[in-house]
Amino acid sequence: MTSRYSIFSLMRNAIGYHQGWQRAWRSPEPKPSYDAIIIGGGGHGLATAYYLAKEHGITNVAVIEKGWIGGGNTGRNTTIIRSNYLWDESARLYDKSLRLYEGLSQEINFNVMLSQRGVLNLAHNLHDLREISRRVNAIRLNGFDSEMLTTEQVQAMVPILDCSKDARYPVLGASLQKRGGVARHDGVAWGYARAADGYGVDIIQNCEVTGIVREGGKVTGVETTRGLINAPKVGIVTAGHTSHVAAMAGLRLPIESYPLQAMVSEPIKPVLDCVVMSGAVHAYISQSDRGEMVMGAGIDHFTSYAQRSTLAVVEQQMAAVIKLIPILSRLRLMRQWAGIVDTCPDASPIVSKTPVDGLYVNGGWGTGGFKGTPGSGWVFAHTMARDEPHELNAPFTLDRFTTGALIDEHGAAAVAH
Amino acid sequence: MSAQKNRLGNGGRINRGKPLRFTFNGRDYQGYEGDTLASALLANNSGAVARSFKYHRPRGIYSAGVEEPNAVVQLETGARTRPNLQATEIELYDGLSATSVNCWPTVEFDIGAINSLAARLLPAGFYYKTFMWPKSFWMTYERVIRNAAGLGKAPTAPDPDTYHKCHAHTDVLVVGGGPAGLAAALAAGRTGARVILAEQEHDFGGRLLSERGDIDGIPAGDWVGLALAELNAMEEVTVLGRTTCFGYYDHNYLGMVERCHINAAKSMLEPKDGPSERLWRVRSHQVVLATGAIERPLVFADNDRPGVMLAGALRAYLNRYAVRPGRKAVIFTNNDDAYRSAIDLHDSGVEVTALIDLRVDPDGPLPDAARARNIQVMDGWVITRVLGNRRLRAIEIQRLTADGGAITGEARRIDCDVLGSSGGWNPVVHLHSQSGAKARFDDALQSFVPGPARQAERSAGAANGAFALDDCLGQGHAAGLEAAKLAGFKSKSKTKRPTAESIDEAPLKAMWIVPGEAKPGHGSKHFIDLHNDVTVADIELAAREGFHSVEHVKRYTTLGMGPDQGKTGNIPGMAVLAGALDTEIASVGTTTFRPPFTPVTYGALAGRDIGEFSDPARKTALHHWHEQASALFEDVGQWKRPWYYPKAGETMQDSLNRECLAVRHGVGILDATTLGKIDIQGPDAAEFLNRIYTNAWSKLAVGRCRYGLMLGEDGMVMDDGVTARLAENHFHMTTTTGNAARVLGWLEEWLQTEWPELKVYCNSVTEYWATMTVCGPRSRDLLAEFTDIDLSAEAFPFMSFKQADVGGVAARIFRISFTGELSYEINVPASHGLGLWTALMTAGEKYGITPYGTETMHILRAEKGYIIVGQETDGTMTPNDLGMDWIVSTKKDFIGRRSLSRTDCTRPGRKQLVGLLTDNPSEVLPEGAQLVFDVKPQPPMDMVGHVTSSYYSAALGRSIALAVVKGGADRMGETIHAPLIGKTVNCKITGPVFYDPDGSRIDGA
Repeated sequence: MTSRYSIFSLMRNAIGYHQGWQRAWRSPEPKPSYDAIIIGGGGHGLATAYYLAKEHGITNVAVIEKGWIGGGNTGRNTTIIRSNYLWDESARLYDKSLRLYEGLSQEINFNVMLSQRGVLNLAHNLHDLREISRRVNAIRLNGFDSEMLTTEQVQAMVPILDCSKDARYPVLGASLQKRGGVARHDGVAWGYARAADGYGVDIIQNCEVTGIVREGGKVTGVETTRGLINAPKVGIVTAGHTSHVAAMAGLRLPIESYPLQAMVSEPIKPVLDCVVMSGAVHAYISQSDRGEMVMGAGIDHFTSYAQRSTLAVVEQQMAAVIKLIPILSRLRLMRQWAGIVDTCPDASPIVSKTPVDGLYVNGGWGTGGFKGTPGSGWVFAHTMARDEPHELNAPFTLDRFTTGALIDEHGAAAVAH
Repeated sequence: MSAQKNRLGNGGRINRGKPLRFTFNGRDYQGYEGDTLASALLANNSGAVARSFKYHRPRGIYSAGVEEPNAVVQLETGARTRPNLQATEIELYDGLSATSVNCWPTVEFDIGAINSLAARLLPAGFYYKTFMWPKSFWMTYERVIRNAAGLGKAPTAPDPDTYHKCHAHTDVLVVGGGPAGLAAALAAGRTGARVILAEQEHDFGGRLLSERGDIDGIPAGDWVGLALAELNAMEEVTVLGRTTCFGYYDHNYLGMVERCHINAAKSMLEPKDGPSERLWRVRSHQVVLATGAIERPLVFADNDRPGVMLAGALRAYLNRYAVRPGRKAVIFTNNDDAYRSAIDLHDSGVEVTALIDLRVDPDGPLPDAARARNIQVMDGWVITRVLGNRRLRAIEIQRLTADGGAITGEARRIDCDVLGSSGGWNPVVHLHSQSGAKARFDDALQSFVPGPARQAERSAGAANGAFALDDCLGQGHAAGLEAAKLAGFKSKSKTKRPTAESIDEAPLKAMWIVPGEAKPGHGSKHFIDLHNDVTVADIELAAREGFHSVEHVKRYTTLGMGPDQGKTGNIPGMAVLAGALDTEIASVGTTTFRPPFTPVTYGALAGRDIGEFSDPARKTALHHWHEQASALFEDVGQWKRPWYYPKAGETMQDSLNRECLAVRHGVGILDATTLGKIDIQGPDAAEFLNRIYTNAWSKLAVGRCRYGLMLGEDGMVMDDGVTARLAENHFHMTTTTGNAARVLGWLEEWLQTEWPELKVYCNSVTEYWATMTVCGPRSRDLLAEFTDIDLSAEAFPFMSFKQADVGGVAARIFRISFTGELSYEINVPASHGLGLWTALMTAGEKYGITPYGTETMHILRAEKGYIIVGQETDGTMTPNDLGMDWIVSTKKDFIGRRSLSRTDCTRPGRKQLVGLLTDNPSEVLPEGAQLVFDVKPQPPMDMVGHVTSSYYSAALGRSIALAVVKGGADRMGETIHAPLIGKTVNCKITGPVFYDPDGSRIDGA
């Protein structure tokens, strides 16, 4: 077990010029076999490993990562956390996630810097107002926090927002989830990795899964660039490549993969204390603790696996941001990048058993993965450990694409997808 | 005003005839035209100009270019202020005013420097390890952290400047106007190819501006002038100064930003014509990257003190700006190039107290030239200590052991007030890397150089690792010729390439951490990323804690994450990491270079697509009339639609009641232009509609209309509207206002990708027609005054269409109704819309004709239980859920049909469209209210549906609502509840048709 982090351990180590810190996680050679293998060392995979160990006592687990942990969407998103989803199924899953986030830093002894500074969803027309009102009522009756704000209340909360009546798309009101906010994305991956490692989970980086080995309809292990590793249970948690990896076991998933782009400005002194999202103007924006304005766009119009950013998206995005907050016009864009999001036809994830015994899939989180990380890991660990879904993820099965029991968040999502 | 005590009496590219006044941190200074803010500050012996991000250590100007990590300033105040500009990149103008960022109260005395005292408690990633207790306190800690972080301040007012954009297509884009870039542009331009040459600075020449030397036998500066003159004279060549190529995207698409206003001759404070900046979007057949190289520092103890600079920057200030960066200079190097700085300083009269070369016995023309000047060359020595906190005072040096791994012997102290260090040069491979290619580590240069190209680009000169001037010229020339040739342009005559004298240089000796008195982090700090205060100890700590990937290290330590993007620190950082991991730099790899190369103004990226131009506001031909009638407008998609027409003294509900009753009892008129209209023609048009809509179209008679529902592949209602058959192979489809473009896209997608065999052609004609709905029992009487055709119900029945002359205009009249009343939808060419509308209004006065808006339209249709797609539907409603199974054909296939038979779509208990009547008839339910059968004292409650539409109905004298409720069709008459904040509203479930359920009014009362 790694030593505990605290101000006291910092002080103790400062005396020794910080030479005494141990590795946050080990870097072991893969063992020939494990009780369970997680393919993919992103936030969701690492959280799954952690909860397998903590909640289900399954510690002989390997997380196999082809690159470096947290290097996919975990390290590329805009770090927004919220649970203000319309449908009961989504709201319950994401609120489970939010509740896990709320105690996470203390639980895993790693500060993930959860900052519940509030998430605003702006309404710009009567249709938006109707939809937001519907959602606020639904969330409230589900027992989660959500409220409607008037234009004046929005302006008071975000003085720099253009709330003038003659704006092209004036702000007519907003929903607010106070428990929403942001967290440090890398910290979530590293914190889960360190905590899982503490339970004995092997985190194996630079090891690519090249095949899923099956015998008689049952999974027996994975082929990797570092050899065969056996396990009776294998979970696929490879956002951006879910369908690729699932295809190794002959599965065809209803997933399309799109680039999703994000960008940050140079650091400036604090001007924005909450997260502002606007569906009509297609923008979401927050300010990081370093002072950067963090902004995200809607998904690209074309499917692609290339994590490439484009000029057109950043042009649209800057116009949208200036529309909302005109004083940002003279700031400068510092970095832009792209991640690949796997999207299902109903814009809801798949956290499910598969037709192959012992093989489980967790993917299709679309643009909403980061906020779902702890809840996703928690229910997926349950699903893998018990070989049956938890009631929270039971609606998110693969079957729903045959039965038609979709959880269609298209209309409900804050940014049009 | 201070004198420019560090300005040389002659030389440089400044205009001594044009003195410029400026203020920095409230003090007045003077500089010259041609200065940057940095050079002018140095000319005035500025010392510390900034505080560092984390420890608030005093920092001075470090470089002379885009790589500047220290001198970050806030330019001006008020609406035109710019945060976070590098002083090295600001061209001086008269009246300039700038301040240091991130220090309080002043840069000389900064309270934040207290962080320096606690530095040992703040190693890389310290915040991941603490601030967790008590749990509720993170937000408090965070507030302190947030206020401490950030650099400059955003303006507080909207941007007064404008920004433009343009597209350019070219054969060859040359990025960089230094020797290689100029040679490339000349070679390519002479072939007749279209060439764009972009240089980020206002002055062309790149490194030549900072060096002393000749090209083709004349001073390099003169050669630059000749080259530019030739390029400017070429018709197909565009020369762009102050233009930064910041992004290399797919398919040789590059983004450049041209700074149009920044001009030393004029103050940026004065309003000017034209854009402040211009975004160039360039599609180039071939690209030549001549982006030069950036010097990297040596990493030694306390290498961040003001006065410690890059060696190359010293001679840039000396030669280009005629600024003596100090009185007593020391050069610290591992290569020959830095000898040039010592030589130039010496030749300009600056005392070079020592040249410290960590190599042993350096030999060659440059060391010889230094020794010939009696410059003290201390070879085999290194700097182990830097004295002076706010200003460099002296250094201590010690001899390296024979193996070079440690120091030995007595320390020697050398006085100096400026120190130039050089650890070699890094080619600027940013754009090459952005293009998708992978840079390769070159062992001889100890730097990353371009690898194999992935797009149509090549690098030349220093950007390609060729640092010698003659090689730059040769590579640039060859690259220009090659690029032009591949773009289809051959050299017309054999043009000579420019040449320069070659000077041999000995290889550099890599030493990524210069040993000091103590290990890095033990007392002194070896800085790597000066901007973000990342030290050797931070990187070693990251490695110790298992952060081995370069991406992990970057994120854990924040190396290279500042606005300078680690242009000086990244390579030393990777080398230190490689050392800590005991591996090669090549195997550590480099992080992905992401656009932009240097930060780009938001406004330039947004261009004119802001404010009223942010999204086109679509207005109907009748818009002006509505404005005159005091209509309030509603945004529907991009359209501005009249919402209602209030009269003086009316509440909104008063207006709606008046408008509704006028339609029910007299005649109303609605501008329905915005409904999407798609003209569908072709021999297979009817078959196409069969597949698109749920009902059958083959047998629809010419002259008849039919209502249709469109489903997505998932079987859910996507759009609806009435389509008329104008002729055997000609249909007029209408869609909802908001979905018009989407539906056309949908039709085209199916036609082009799935059914290319169908001969069908679709065109949007929404704007072609002005559409007005004349509606109400007196509508026939009114219309009869305008047309000769027989309007009787027998001759012109409901759901039919006629082509007719209306008020002298050829019109299409559809007898369709969204209100249940007798109704005519008259379409005339848009240019005739206003004339006909006005005539109808005048003639209709006797019937009390009343214009009505979208809100009244919504009420009237809700009274009849007609759905609005997007309001009663949300992508989860099947036709059956809406009680519209009558419209779903069981005999033919259509999009979505298969999905309708899925188990979830046929199960009982789905949400179904119902009507709601509140127990209190004057209570209007809020739209979006959720519905429950069992009210609980508090949430959670089991929600069974929600209110989709809700209004007060003047015709019925009570409130009505539409809702979707689980199993609602089977629960007629039951009570259902809407739990709101503070109260619960009880209602009865009814059918959705509240008014005239028999449809008796459709032909007129």
